[in-house]
Amino acid sequence: MAVEALSATVVVSNERRRDGKWLWALPPLLLIAVLVVYPLVLVAAESVPAWGGVIESAEFRDALVRTVQIAVSSTIGCLLVGTFLAVVISFVPFPGARVVAGLVDTMLALPSFLVALSFTFIYGTTGILRAGGFLTSPWAVVLAEVTFYTPFVMRPLLAAMSRLPRAQLDVAASLGAGPWRVLRQIVLPEVRPALVAGGSLTLLLTLNEFGIVLFLGAKGTTTLPMLVHTKGIVMFDYPGACVIAVVQIALSLGLYAVLRMALGGRRARLD
Amino acid sequence: MLVWTKSGKAIVWVAFAVVFCVLVLAPFLVVIAAAFAGSWNGMLPSDPTADHLRQALSGDELASLSVSLQTAFMGGLLAVVFGTWGAMAAAGTRLARVADALHHLPIAVPSVVVGLGLLVAFSRQPILLNGTKWIVVIAHLVLMVAFSYGTVAAALQRIDPSYADVAASLGASPARVLWQVRLPMLLPAIASAAGLSVALSMGEVGATIMVYPASWRTLPVSIFALTDRGQAFVAAAEAVVLLATTVVLVLILDRLRGRAAER
Repeated sequence: MAVEALSATVVVSNERRRDGKWLWALPPLLLIAVLVVYPLVLVAAESVPAWGGVIESAEFRDALVRTVQIAVSSTIGCLLVGTFLAVVISFVPFPGARVVAGLVDTMLALPSFLVALSFTFIYGTTGILRAGGFLTSPWAVVLAEVTFYTPFVMRPLLAAMSRLPRAQLDVAASLGAGPWRVLRQIVLPEVRPALVAGGSLTLLLTLNEFGIVLFLGAKGTTTLPMLVHTKGIVMFDYPGACVIAVVQIALSLGLYAVLRMALGGRRARLD
Repeated sequence: MLVWTKSGKAIVWVAFAVVFCVLVLAPFLVVIAAAFAGSWNGMLPSDPTADHLRQALSGDELASLSVSLQTAFMGGLLAVVFGTWGAMAAAGTRLARVADALHHLPIAVPSVVVGLGLLVAFSRQPILLNGTKWIVVIAHLVLMVAFSYGTVAAALQRIDPSYADVAASLGASPARVLWQVRLPMLLPAIASAAGLSVALSMGEVGATIMVYPASWRTLPVSIFALTDRGQAFVAAAEAVVLLATTVVLVLILDRLRGRAAER
């Protein structure tokens, strides 16, 4: 009897708490609504009169193509380099491999424009390689993005590889499979979800990347985020900037969603 | 495990060292080296000097450091408060999916667009903030909330909710459950959210460059202004100031996290 009474109170208090929870969750959501959703709705509304002019301009089309080219090339580069580095750290470990893995984690929090800044000294007209033309080409942006975003691919891969039983690899090797075959038939299928998660996150982030493009400041490599900045801040053309912002949002979220659906796997967390 | 022969391992390691050093590590080392170089006209920097660093720590540049720190603290701390609040309140309710999607919106959208949105929304009635430092703080708050929310929400999934239920069934008031059970259990996650928020806020450039007024220039904006004027070496020195400050702040917050985890 006493126990029943006790559990009844617990249920009641839980119920009441659930009712309260609703209200309790509102202020943070309201904050996001006012500071994120409301501005984005206004951006969409502001863009309406400018659509025709912007969509037809060559400047916009070039930037759109350029953005997708750079993002796709960078993502492929990150996947190749990231997979190689993660495989070596996980399966051909060397003294200090842990330190390197830790370093990769730290780099995730650094600003991307540092990479672009360093390129001035590495590839600039004065400096190490003096490959003057390279710095102003889209490939400089791609190389900088591969440098900066490779850790984003490595992190989920390293986590997935650390869960892979070592015995599987050893058995395959003892049965005569060479390193390539072990990699292709055992490691890669096992870490595919991590590869998809890391790759689609990288694609989203490279589509949105701004700091690197701004700092390299090459004339020939205007991307959509760069065009939003130029139109909004330099030319004070808010409606024009808003159109590009809307296209950019549709492109980023659309491509991300398509990729996730096509490749399957669990929903990636953005963090 | 994968490569069995000695020579095979050696080849793989050399390839790893080359790729990792050239592609991942070199850019960061180059910036640090350039900060202390008088000139760089060949393989290695020359004329070692501390002049750039001195310049990066005086006048306008020093003011930028202070602006960045204030922005990171205000924006970052508010972000941690609201991110934690949002994650805790939404966990386990029907609102969770909506809250998840809403909180991830600012990182799924380019930061330049977040900045443009704030510029469009707060240059008009009813809320006029354009031209004040608050629009910069809000931009940082919005971007960092997403990361704080994610960190705390992930931690909540690993925490057993029955502790809070037991405390409540033993008669603890909701406020007491919050302060003495739920928040202390989340403290490591909150500290790491704070570290991440501060670090990302210190380096934020996309939204800031859209909204900043002349009186509130953060470090990354000044660094960009310097490179734009061709003063790459001073820019590198200021980038080193940015890196050093960020590392110190993150280390302090990391120690807090360690202490919280020990308890």
